[in-house]
Amino acid sequence: MIDVMLLLIIVVCAIFALFMKDLLSATIILGIYSFIMATIFTRLNAVDVAFTEASVGAGITSVLMIAALSRTKRYEYHYTKLQRRKPSALFLKVISLLLVIITGAVLVYGTIDMPEFGDPEAPANKHVSPRYIAESEHETSEKNIVTAVLAGYRGYDTLGETTVIFTAGICVILLLRRRINT
Amino acid sequence: MIDIIHFIQTKYYYLVVILLMMLGLYTTISSRNLIKKIIGINIFQISVFLFYIAMAKVKHGTAPILWDKGVVYDNPLPHVLILTAIVVSVSTTAVALALIINIHKEYGTIEEDGILAKQKLDEEWMNLEKQKLDIDRSSVT
Repeated sequence: MIDVMLLLIIVVCAIFALFMKDLLSATIILGIYSFIMATIFTRLNAVDVAFTEASVGAGITSVLMIAALSRTKRYEYHYTKLQRRKPSALFLKVISLLLVIITGAVLVYGTIDMPEFGDPEAPANKHVSPRYIAESEHETSEKNIVTAVLAGYRGYDTLGETTVIFTAGICVILLLRRRINT
Repeated sequence: MIDIIHFIQTKYYYLVVILLMMLGLYTTISSRNLIKKIIGINIFQISVFLFYIAMAKVKHGTAPILWDKGVVYDNPLPHVLILTAIVVSVSTTAVALALIINIHKEYGTIEEDGILAKQKLDEEWMNLEKQKLDIDRSSVT
């Protein structure tokens, strides 16, 4: 029951974040969305992911967004009725709505073939992970399987992730440095 | 009819993921405000995380931390993949926001329409300058 309630709250949060004209409120609601998503992750027993989502997803993203908003504009441009009724604007809206509905329909069609929620016989739960669950303590002497896989078996993945963060940091520094006028 | 009810009962997580994905994609395409686009992308990304984590759930499973023999554990592999993906999504957001700050410095606006109008004005001004230069040259010769 609580799962359904949380999912309802998250859909409402997403709708409000997207239709808010005040971008600061939209950012705060995005933070709430991330945090409730972390709660759902905890309900689904993904505790490590919930930690990361609550601290990095809800925390740092909100801080970055607010920092960016403080240097740009807080309010979205308010289009008048005449501007909204222009054929080009309506065309854009209709086309994007159509595209999104087609995408959603295709995805729902693909969901029909998916294994049921929580099915232990699903192919995703059958192949690699049983070995991790059976052998990880013996091979890495680590109780938490997620940590063992993250830092042991898939250490190169984590190295790639660190490279991505490093590159992103360099990008942000290069983009935001102040040029000295000579 | 019973089929549809069964479908919703067993796969409601996936349906919510698809709904959130559609909301995020719609904003990313149709909004003209660049920060709104980033918010849409974020909602899209987080819904994909929920999709992976929902796939990892096993009935009567506990969190994948070893504590007793004979306990069913959830699938730890999607958790690891999503741990990586969360951090990557934050770094892409940071780069996008830095680009937006630079765009605001250059054009004074973060609306697509305003940026396009400013570009057009700049082009016209350049053309005028060129014509002036041509006239000056013709008067010299």
